[in-house]
Amino acid sequence: MNLNLQPKHTVLPGFTPALGFTIFYLSLIVLIPLSAAFLKTSLLTWDAFWATVTAPRVMASYRLSFGAAFIGAAINAVFGLLVAWVLVRYKFPGKRIIDALVDLPFALPTAVAGIALTAVYAPNGWLGSILEPHGIKVAFTPLGVVVALTFIGLPFVVRTVQPVLEDLEAEAEEAAVSLGANRWQTFTKIIFPAIAPALLTGFSLAFARAIGEYGSVIFIAGNMPMISEITPLLIITKLEQYDYAGATAIAVVMLVISFVLLLIINGLQWWNAKRNGSIK
Amino acid sequence: MSTKSYQNKIANSRAIAEPVWIRWLLIGGALAYLGLFLFVPLAAVFTEALRKGFETYLSAFSEPDALSAIQLTFIAALVSVPLNLVFGVSAAWAIAKFNFRGKSILITLIDLPFAVSPVIAGLIYVLIFGLQGWFGHWLSDHDIKIIFALPGIVLATIFVTFPFVARELIPLMQAQGKDEEEAAIVLGASAWQMFYRVTLPNIKWGLLYGVILSNARAMGEFGAVSVVSGHVRGLTNTLPLHVEILYNEYNYVAAFACASLLAFLALVTLALKTLVEWKTAQAQQPELSQEST
Repeated sequence: MNLNLQPKHTVLPGFTPALGFTIFYLSLIVLIPLSAAFLKTSLLTWDAFWATVTAPRVMASYRLSFGAAFIGAAINAVFGLLVAWVLVRYKFPGKRIIDALVDLPFALPTAVAGIALTAVYAPNGWLGSILEPHGIKVAFTPLGVVVALTFIGLPFVVRTVQPVLEDLEAEAEEAAVSLGANRWQTFTKIIFPAIAPALLTGFSLAFARAIGEYGSVIFIAGNMPMISEITPLLIITKLEQYDYAGATAIAVVMLVISFVLLLIINGLQWWNAKRNGSIK
Repeated sequence: MSTKSYQNKIANSRAIAEPVWIRWLLIGGALAYLGLFLFVPLAAVFTEALRKGFETYLSAFSEPDALSAIQLTFIAALVSVPLNLVFGVSAAWAIAKFNFRGKSILITLIDLPFAVSPVIAGLIYVLIFGLQGWFGHWLSDHDIKIIFALPGIVLATIFVTFPFVARELIPLMQAQGKDEEEAAIVLGASAWQMFYRVTLPNIKWGLLYGVILSNARAMGEFGAVSVVSGHVRGLTNTLPLHVEILYNEYNYVAAFACASLLAFLALVTLALKTLVEWKTAQAQQPELSQEST
């Protein structure tokens, strides 16, 4: 990394110690430990690495982790937009409390979320007992994984779309109406393009969070190999069998995917900021 | 403020508002979704915890294992939150008040722990300090335990809560600019005077929010801590891990009782967050509130 340590003219003190400590702490806690995963994997031969990360049980876990994370993020994109819309535009009783509670998945420990969702969606639970007679099993199936990952990603779309909706100019919508657009046309042609970058950012954040999620999923998933076993659980299973190389190889695959997603999200946020006329 | 004026505008303009029945349909849809995924599970935690009465509920906390888990959870948060607080302030100071090359890379790197699965966060410390890890032999020769002991739990907790304070402060301090601090220095304040009298009062609410959030995550972290803890009852179990053990032993009432404690912490966190947002909004409108008094 090529950091130029000379700030432009300023009288403010503390640049060098502040940046120095930042880089030191970042390296110590994040960068060096993360590089350990890559170094450990580089000890494997390419064939051994490839065989580990493409074993049938591992492939099944990718399909579940990425598939369920995608469905969960898609559900959140649709309903998160709805929640943001309702919170910004309408008045209804209890709105402020509901607005505050949207962040619950950020604050609630994942293990608590996991056992709570299991209790609710188990065959004898409040909602599970309603769904069971209709042949819908949620807990201990891949559907349960989707439910947990939807819970985990719930705040992201709401919190990225909400500020953009608040800042929308009513004038643009009024102009559309006076030019003869109906309400649906105003939404699809005026409102939706303005919130699309934020919606996509929220979707990606929810997706990225969901693929690595562990605590809330393992209680509700049932954890059957090939069927309802997520990739992070597979890493833990390998660790418990002292297969450090195998666990690390899978972790590296997930890390690379997460980094790519992080770059995409940064790009989206930049696009979002540009679209709304303010680069932060 | 902007929300309010916007809503008034919408309310006054029938042309860009939906018919009443569509409004209620949309509100109903939003509430149904939040109900299914948020409110019902939250209510379930407290109902399940109190299923066998208040006495049984309280007895879950008098168990020695539960008490030591609560204690360990507090220790982990007490060490990790202040460290990340110092980091967050210095990172935000360097990033928000100075220009240097590589700044956007640095911001992305600070966000990295958000993108890493908690399980991997635990794994990387096992690779370094575990028995088979880089320092494994040296540590076991000197009888120092990091993995499956308190230091590992603290490290994993620091990792997962790493970005929170910095994330809160960077945009806030960027928006505030550096005029006030420069004025303080030019008028002869020392660096610490400037920090305590100018910077700290300006960022206190954002700082508080960052600390609240990291604390909630620190006390509730499960995946990362689970990898490094070793799950020794009464020794290396944090409260979320204790919940898991009780649940897997089919001791549902005790599991949900401990879970309700963590859920209560989450609710307090959200309440404080709302308060902080309200205070920040107030701080940004000083002229208006003065006019109205």
